[in-house]
Amino acid sequence: MNWLAIWVTFKLACLTAGVLLVVGLPIAYWLTFSKWRWKFIVESVVALPLVLPPTVLGFYILVAIGPHSPVGRFYSDVIGHPLPFTFEGLLLASILYSLPFAVQPFAAAFAQVDRRLIETSWTLGVSKLKTFFRLIAPLSTAGLITGAVLSFAHTLGEFGVVLMVGGNIEGETRTVSIDIYDDVQALNYAGAAKTALLLLAVSYGVLLLVYAMNRKVWAVWPQR
Amino acid sequence: MAAALTVDCRKTFPGRFTTAAQLTLPLDPPRVLILFGPSGSGKTTLVRCLAGLEWPEEGRIQFGSTTWVDAASNIRLSPQVRRIGYMPQDYALFPTHTVAGNIEYGLSDLPAEARRERVRELIALLQLQGLEQAKPTQLSGGQQQRVALARAIARQPQLLLLDEPLSALDAPTRAKLCGELRTLLKQLAIPAMVVTHDWAEALTLGDVIAVMSVGQILQVGSPQEVFSRPANAEVAQIVGIETVVQGQVVANDNGLATVLVNGTTLKGLGADVSGSAVYVCIRAEDVLLEQVGSGVTSARNHLSGPVTEMLPQGVLMTVTVDCGFPLRAMITRGAREELGLETGSVVVAAIKAGAVHLVSRSG
Repeated sequence: MNWLAIWVTFKLACLTAGVLLVVGLPIAYWLTFSKWRWKFIVESVVALPLVLPPTVLGFYILVAIGPHSPVGRFYSDVIGHPLPFTFEGLLLASILYSLPFAVQPFAAAFAQVDRRLIETSWTLGVSKLKTFFRLIAPLSTAGLITGAVLSFAHTLGEFGVVLMVGGNIEGETRTVSIDIYDDVQALNYAGAAKTALLLLAVSYGVLLLVYAMNRKVWAVWPQR
Repeated sequence: MAAALTVDCRKTFPGRFTTAAQLTLPLDPPRVLILFGPSGSGKTTLVRCLAGLEWPEEGRIQFGSTTWVDAASNIRLSPQVRRIGYMPQDYALFPTHTVAGNIEYGLSDLPAEARRERVRELIALLQLQGLEQAKPTQLSGGQQQRVALARAIARQPQLLLLDEPLSALDAPTRAKLCGELRTLLKQLAIPAMVVTHDWAEALTLGDVIAVMSVGQILQVGSPQEVFSRPANAEVAQIVGIETVVQGQVVANDNGLATVLVNGTTLKGLGADVSGSAVYVCIRAEDVLLEQVGSGVTSARNHLSGPVTEMLPQGVLMTVTVDCGFPLRAMITRGAREELGLETGSVVVAAIKAGAVHLVSRSG
């Protein structure tokens, strides 16, 4: 097994989930509580990676961070090297690609929190930010973990975006799914099978965790 | 100008009537104002405007020298800085916090020792000893209500807003807690606004009653004024109690109370009554009118006096009899002709003891 690819993938998935936990919270909060009438436009943008072919998303990200775009030029001026085909570029793409997998469970959990609890907190002199950390977040734990875990799992298996933005650089942007593809191309079915099984097991384990956590009752059969 | 809470605002939700309220509540001495009206009359909307949870699109809310809302100059004070104690319907206790955690939730700017001291005080005041570490789901309805009250008053608010504080409780608990709430409100001496649609609660708790219907405040006055002299037919219909007079309980024999009202003695049901000062409440349709000397009935109260006023209301008439206090009776026009009633004629009003409701008076 290509342990380096596994390490790169694991690092990418952890960082993506971590960044999304930070970036996704305010977006989800805003999507849940804003009364802005054009909110659905932003909602649609956030959900876009769900339906867009990864190659299309990857293509636009590649163009956006490439040397011909202001963003790409600014990055290479400041950091000293261009963003495409680096781990950082891949991370950025992963974050965008997994955004709905984090934001939607977050927003769904926030929407479940009784409005009157939040309002009562405000009348007790507690600011909106503190109300979030003291009340909304603890009441949304399952949704927060679900969002983080789903974006982690989703990043583990991404292929199209990685190929478009990251390329296939050993130790830098070669992830597990690309490694499997390479193995198959080289007719190394045994190697591909091992890696695929690992990915299957991890994905299944992660989903088990999510579904178990979102059960209200822990008993296997209903109590009533 | 003495300090007062002045409300003059309009709030419309799409597809609903406009809530347009004008109201002044003097803050000194602190009074309890009852927002009284049927469900869906805009009471909760008004309270939420005062709490800062709804923004009126027109008008002003002024609390003493502070402007809370002024739509014209775009002033909107957030709920956080209004220093209010707000208790929503069903209490909205924080399920993730214990009883003590709920009570101290708004006290995070106090040092830890002062915070613990305040929680101890409130636990004692509201008789929640032993429940400090319980979660809200483990509490009875009455206990939840007391925790919500403790949380609302913890920060020593300058205005208490209680939205249907008792409606989530079963009837026996409600009667008991209503008396406790009155005592507590008197003890706290904080100006308060209490939403209710229950006339007994309104009479028990209120110093001032504002009657609301379809988003409008129809009448503001003392409980007796509003109940006995409704400003118009709509108010009369909403309050539904035509006779409300002050009385003194002179004896209470196993729940059958003897009450003295302006020299007249009445028997009424007083199982829930504490103290001697009461409001005597009688519905006009519960009063029978008889000719003088027409014999014995099962009714415990026979009061005679002259008819002072007769008001036709469709096929019915409201007749006011002066039997030491003005008593209103509802009879048909046919009954009036049979009895030969005219203004000045003397009749006997018969009322069953069960129709004489006694409500403990506040203050």
